[in-house]
Parts: sequence; C-alpha cells; structure tokens
Amino acid sequence: MQYSEIMVRYGELSTKGKNRKNFIDRLAYNVRQALHEFTQLKITAHRDRMHIQLNGEDSNLVMERLNQVFGIQNYSPSIKVERDIEAVKAKAVEMMKEKYHAGMTFKVNTRRSDHQFEYDTNAMNDLLGGAILSSFDDIHVKMKNPDVTLRCEVRPDGIFLSFGKIPGAGGLPVGTAGKAMLMLSGGIDSPVAGYLAMKRGVDIEMVHFFSPPYTSEQALNKAKELTAKLAPYVGKIKFIQVPFTEIQETIKHDVPEGYLMTIQRRFMLRLTEAIAKKRHGLAIFNGEALGQVASQTLESMAAINDVTTMPVLRPVVSMDKNEIIEIAQKIDTFDLSIQPFEDCCTIFAPPSPKTKPRIDKARQYEERLDVDGLIQRALDGIEITEIKVSDEFMNQDEEDFAELL
Amino acid sequence: MIYFDNSATTKVDDQVLETYNKVSQNIWGNPSSLHAWGEKAFNLLEQSRKQIADLMHCNADEIYFTSGGSEGDNWAIKGTAMEKMPYGKHLITSSVEHPAVSNTMAHLKKMGFEVTYLPVDKEGRVSAKDLKAAIRKDTVLVSIMAINNEIGTIEPIDELAKVLEDYPKIHFHVDAVQAIGKGIDDLLANPRIDLMTFSGHKFHAPRGIGFMYKKRGRMIQPLIDGGGQEKALRGGTENLPAIAGMAKALRLLLDNETEKVAMQREIKQKIYNHIVNFDKVHIFSQPTAQFAPHILCFTIDGVRGETIVHAFEKYGIYISTTSACSSKKGTIAGTLNAMHVPESIASSAVRISLDEHNTMAEAEEFIKVFDQLYEKFKMINS
Repeated sequence: MQYSEIMVRYGELSTKGKNRKNFIDRLAYNVRQALHEFTQLKITAHRDRMHIQLNGEDSNLVMERLNQVFGIQNYSPSIKVERDIEAVKAKAVEMMKEKYHAGMTFKVNTRRSDHQFEYDTNAMNDLLGGAILSSFDDIHVKMKNPDVTLRCEVRPDGIFLSFGKIPGAGGLPVGTAGKAMLMLSGGIDSPVAGYLAMKRGVDIEMVHFFSPPYTSEQALNKAKELTAKLAPYVGKIKFIQVPFTEIQETIKHDVPEGYLMTIQRRFMLRLTEAIAKKRHGLAIFNGEALGQVASQTLESMAAINDVTTMPVLRPVVSMDKNEIIEIAQKIDTFDLSIQPFEDCCTIFAPPSPKTKPRIDKARQYEERLDVDGLIQRALDGIEITEIKVSDEFMNQDEEDFAELL
Repeated sequence: MIYFDNSATTKVDDQVLETYNKVSQNIWGNPSSLHAWGEKAFNLLEQSRKQIADLMHCNADEIYFTSGGSEGDNWAIKGTAMEKMPYGKHLITSSVEHPAVSNTMAHLKKMGFEVTYLPVDKEGRVSAKDLKAAIRKDTVLVSIMAINNEIGTIEPIDELAKVLEDYPKIHFHVDAVQAIGKGIDDLLANPRIDLMTFSGHKFHAPRGIGFMYKKRGRMIQPLIDGGGQEKALRGGTENLPAIAGMAKALRLLLDNETEKVAMQREIKQKIYNHIVNFDKVHIFSQPTAQFAPHILCFTIDGVRGETIVHAFEKYGIYISTTSACSSKKGTIAGTLNAMHVPESIASSAVRISLDEHNTMAEAEEFIKVFDQLYEKFKMINS
C-alpha cells in the first residue's frame, strides 16, 4: 500500500521537561539525516508528534530507515483522504482488503482534532464500521483485542486512515546525551556496547587499536565494517585507529607474563582517555562483561581502571553471552564479529594471565617503561576516518565483482 | 542448427564465458590463502554464494558448491545415509529418478540399506498416499525429483512435503536439476525441503559446477573430505571461475523467468497441437501445468528412437532419445518402463527439450521436417 504520511510519536521525550525542545530538535535532525536520500519528504516536528509527508516516496524504504532512529516510540503510516465521507468509506474498505481473512475481528477508532467536521466520533465509527461490515462476508466487530484496529483521524487538512502503531527503536535521540569514545576490538561484545550507548543518546566515536604485522589488514577492515553496521543509527561515525605495535612489543619484552594483559589494557585505557579529552568526549564505553575472560574479573577491572578518572561505562557488564549474542544478531554485527582474524586483544595473550592482578604490582612493572613516550608516539600515529552507512571494507571489490556476476 | 536437447546440456552463455575467462585470468588466488590475493578470491567466492542465495531466497550459509548434479545427488543421499545410519537404514525414492539418484540408491542397497521405490501413475507421478504408506520407523531419507528429465512430469513436491511434516527427522531431498528457471519456484521454495541439488550446465553455466541447498541445521556427512572447504563438508580448491560464472548464469536465467517460461510453453504447445493429430504418435508429456514447460516426449510407433533422432539430425535438428545418460546404451527409458508403457512403444520414444533461446520459427521448421519424416516412415511402418 502506498501511504501518504507517517506520523511519529516520541517516547521518553515527553518526560524530559525543559530540555524537551532540544530533544525534539535533535530527533528531527537525526530523522532528516537518516532520510536525506528521500528528497521529496516534508518533515515537520511538533511538540508531541512529528509528521513526515511522503509526497510519493516509497513508504517501505522510509520506514526501514526510521526503524533505526533512536528516540521514536512508535509510528503510524497513514493514508490521507479528502474530507468526504464516501471517499473515506471507500478507502477504509480498500485498506481492510489487504488485511482481510475469514473470521477476522476489527474495530474503528476515530479521533478528531477538528470538531467542525459534520460527523462526530461515534458517527464516524458507525459509518466506517458499517461500510466494512457490509463489504466482507466473514468479519466481526470486537472492541477488546481485535485482530485489526483501523484508526481514523479527522484533521482540518484531511482525514487520515492507518492501522495501529508500529514500534520504533525506542531510546533517546543520539547526540542528546553527549559524546563518548567506544573501545572497539572486533569481537561480539564491543559493537553491542556501542549500540546500547547510542540507544541512550550517546554520540560515540570508535577507538580501535591495531598492531601490524601482528594484526592483519583484514582485522582493521573488520572493525571498520562493524562501524559501518552501526552507522545507520547516527548517519556517520568517526573511526580512530591507534597504532599499538610498539607498545605491545615493549610490554612483551619488559613485563612479566602474568601482567602482559593487564598492562596492555592500562595502555589502551590511557590512550582512549587522552583521545577523549582531545575530542571533548565525556566518557569511555567498552564491551567488558563481568567474568567472561581473565581481563574481566572485578580485580582486573580495578587494576586496569586505575589509570583514569574518566567514567568507564560497560553497558553489557551484567549480561550473559547469550543475551549479548541475541542483540548482536538483531543489529547484524554477529556474523561479522565471529570472522576469525587476530585482533589486538588476542595476540600476545599469555597462556595463563592473572585473573586477580594487583594494582601495586601493575604500577611497579610500568615504572620500567617509558609510559609517556610510548603514549605520545601512539597518539602521533593516529588516523581518523569518517564511516558512513553503506561503506564497504571487507570486500572492497564488491562493485567490480557485481559487474562480473 | 536447431538445438532441442537442452535437458542434456545447454550452450554456455557468452556473458558467462566472459566472466569465466576474466576470473581465470584476474582472480586466480586460492580462496583459502591468508594473503590479500587469496582474500580477493575468497570475497568473490562469498559474493557469488550470496548472489545465488538471494536468487534462491535462502541464506548464504545454505548454499554449497559441488561439481554438478551427479555429485549433488550422490552427496545428499550418501551423506544422509552415513550421517543417519545409527537411526535407520531405510531410504525412499521413486521409480523414475535420474540414474544419479537411482544408481546411488542401488549402491547403498548393496551396502546393506533398504530402498523402497514408489510407483508412478500413467503420467509418471508419485502419490502422497504411497509415500505415507512407505514410511517406516527407520526411514531416514526421501529423495524425489522435482521435474522428471525424460517426460517432464512435475512431481507433487508440496503434497509429499505435507506428508513429511509429520516426520521432521526424515531428510527430504529434491533433485531439482531439470527444475530451475522453469516456473516452479514456489514449489522449490517449500520449507520442508532439506536438501536440493542443481547443475550449472543445465542453465548455461560451464560443465563441472553445481550447487546444493542444505537447510540450516540439517547434518550430512561429506562425500569428499579435504582441506576444509565448504565448511569442511566438501573438500577441493573451489572452482572459482565456474562458480562466478554459475552465479551470473543463474541471475540471467531468472531474469524475466515468467515470460521465458511462457514462451517455452507456447512452443511446446504448438508442436504438441501438430503431432497429436497423427495416428502413430504417442505423447507422454501433456501440455498441462502439471508438466514442465520445456520437455515433450513422444513416439512414432514402429520406428526406433535412435532412428528418429538421426533422421532429424540430417535436417540440422538435434533432439534425443529420452535421457542423454541412457541414450547411448540403448536401454529403455526408466520412466516409461515405470509407467508400464509396453517396450515396443517405449523403444520409439524421443524427447524435445527447450530453453529460453528457442523460437517459434524453430518450432515451425521442426513441424515441417516432422511431416516429411512421418510420410517417409509410413513406408516402413504399415
């Protein structure tokens, strides 16, 4: 069915008091970003709803994009009919035809913002319900839990018909909660952590450590492609790659095996903090889940967290692996995450890392290292790229191949 | 030349050949290699798999590359038999299958499996009722073809699938070698099908390539062990030029499928309408929706099939005695035999098989030649 308009309802925004206007402006901006390819749209954001006039754009494609915009509680695609009762009846019957099956139940739910219209709410319900009842053989009216609810909205500029509400992505508009860095490895957990951060309105930038030749170009491309998978929620994401080879080689050479992992992580956190400060980020997100691996015991987290006072937020900290995987599949990062390339976390992983490292020992071992020099040289080698929705990294020949195929 | 033997093989499409050559020359890395050159080949391999999966409306991890129809049939059947041996050793198939299926069954029979061959009616079709009656506690596999290669019967896959709904542990294999691009995609999309085999050279891809659909979660043993290719289920360095070519051939085949199928049906109908009027002609392929659009099997009574084939050949028209695989052996078509067609009639059977490039003009030419030959054969046939 070709709809003429989509009405968007905000979620939690309605509870946000004075900040409300900022939230709505930001949501409207994000919606415009997400839909910028559809040039015919007219988007107007009101205090309680947003109206997207389609003007002939494909409603299915628009809705597909809308599903990925945080801050939308639900939306209703609707068809605009002129304010003529016969035309409304005809359209209502036509719409029901698409849903009809024998034994179906329905109700009509009318709402009038224009009380000048010749029929009142009950009369509209009666007229439309009657028209539908007489057009189908086996259909019944049911007030509680009908199979289908046909909504009818009478407005000064026309009458709008729609079927119920389609749930949106929920959450808060990305950007309303400020900016933060996400430590993105390439595994299953960190993209999920990033998704959850964005869902609560955080504008994230990816920090990825790479150690050529110990990690491959494919591992780097995989992290970039994961970023592209998350880009639809915001439009575009900054990807910051940090060279980590020198640090890892130095640590491997100078630090006892049991503390290799702890010290490496401390360096990663220091670097991420430095990047965050420079780029006006307020916090660090990562994909740590309690007890999953050696670096993710409380003792480890404490020993690693020791290097920064910036909030380190762990959205998946209390989730089971299965729960994380479920989200990863939903956001389509799972298949990519499980592709087997060495990343900076798996190389130089000691066979038996300390699960209860001590903070004093960690500090003591670092005294042997030129921490400031190592950090500075890594920061000097940073490269930043902007990754957009349909960017392709794993298979850069895709378009050439498409011609072959 | 008029080529009416497309069920035997098809001409490789020029664009497919172009892809084959380009991949051979430019993307010759081993998809299993770690380096970028191998990675490039790997990406093309997976993009080809994805394209085929999209065209088949399934997931990319449900497509496995094989060397063709025979390997696919062998693999589906033997792979299931080996995997499920602990649960049972009873297999069900029809009495009209291609030798790649029937001889695989015979082989397993020698190794101690039991095989039930479902009978067919006079149109060559198995019945859901017979299938239901044949299922036993130890049945592990049902293998039925989608379109019969000799007379073009469309088997009632959806009815069989319905019976098998109640037996979720039995693998349902469909030999779809003749069925792709022939307007029965809905039938092949039946969710109860577990395994389905396809051959590239039947749709303008090169020889030596094919693919199998294996539903997620269904387990079969490998037929060819090797270096871990195809998720360790089918060893052997991937035949990438042919795979890419096949992905392209499938896309071209399914482009405008409805129109192409309608055209083949019209050509078949035209020839049917003409030859049906002759006394000595027996037709086994009906022009109904229960038969494939591209296969027409008939006889001129009293004239051996190979005589008819060679007679047409003199006029540059290539047809065949039923299936190409049995034609040189001079054996009687298995399908007609199973339909209880008397040997004297069955030995006269010939098959026309069309593709999307055949034209109405070719049908008219065929009819003209048919009339001349029919007159000539009258001399020896009265």
